[in-house]
Amino acid sequence: MSRAALALLAMLIMLGSTLGPAPVQGATTVNEDTVYDIAAQLRCVVCQNLSVADSPSEMAGQMRGIIRERLAAGESPAQVQRYFVDRYGEWILLSPPRRGFNLLVWLLPLAAVVVGLAAAATLVWRWSHRTRGARPATATVDAAMSERIRRELERGS
Amino acid sequence: MKRLWRWLIPLAAIPVLALLAYGFRVSPRDIPSPLVGRPAPAFALATLEGAPLSLESHRGKVVVVNFWASWCYPACYEEAPVLERNWRGYRERGVVVMGLDIQDKREAAQKFVGDFGLTFPVAQDLKGTVSVDYGVYGVPETFFVDRQGRIRVKHVGAVTDDVFKSTVDRLLAETAAP
Repeated sequence: MSRAALALLAMLIMLGSTLGPAPVQGATTVNEDTVYDIAAQLRCVVCQNLSVADSPSEMAGQMRGIIRERLAAGESPAQVQRYFVDRYGEWILLSPPRRGFNLLVWLLPLAAVVVGLAAAATLVWRWSHRTRGARPATATVDAAMSERIRRELERGS
Repeated sequence: MKRLWRWLIPLAAIPVLALLAYGFRVSPRDIPSPLVGRPAPAFALATLEGAPLSLESHRGKVVVVNFWASWCYPACYEEAPVLERNWRGYRERGVVVMGLDIQDKREAAQKFVGDFGLTFPVAQDLKGTVSVDYGVYGVPETFFVDRQGRIRVKHVGAVTDDVFKSTVDRLLAETAAP
């Protein structure tokens, strides 16, 4: 087995141990899917482009531990998310909440699609109309030229 | 109409370019902390020597909470002497410096403290609960807490003599008044 494969196996085992069922603490049992769902919405603070659920970093591992503990203490997933937003700001959320100024992020792409489709439709309409109107103009070939074309064709055959 | 149409596409590119220019100038690492101005989260840890370390026991003093790690080179190595020097200079004036070591090994932390001859209290935040409570996203990060226990300044990166003195002097002066 190659080193890379061994390293991968080691990582998988480690991941399994962090994601696997945790010992039950307190009164409520923690559903690991809930832990994963909350972690997947949080940005890993040390790697920026990964979620806390996907990051192999120690910080993300500790954050998953905190999520698990807070759920075990009886907090709702929304409360756990609120806890992280209170400390890191909305920056920690991978997708900005759909309200206020953030709505721009959701609405602008839609607006861009609408404008783009409208522009494309106008252009297509124009092109199709222009060629129809322009055809007679390109078809004007003077008598001398058509005579020459006829002669060339005859010689070729 | 035709002329306007010809200009529309290049004109449409301007806001996009402006957005890109803005985006590339802003560092994604500069994240404003929502905690500035709010009460500093409480914690109760044990120092490397085993003594209890909490924020409450220093209420009424200006507290400098420094998050660091032995693997954080060079920034943490640059600021360690600065923190030690200022701790010695200010401790008689009601200022406490505390180091919270995160994501680290105990031996490495002890070696770091020994190498720099740190005399201010240092504790390990083994589970990361305190770092997350403080919204820490990297090391070093330093929080300046006023006498009322509110976070007043969050400093990201190595603390310099300038930053330490100006911030602590301001907090000492301001809270000295009734």
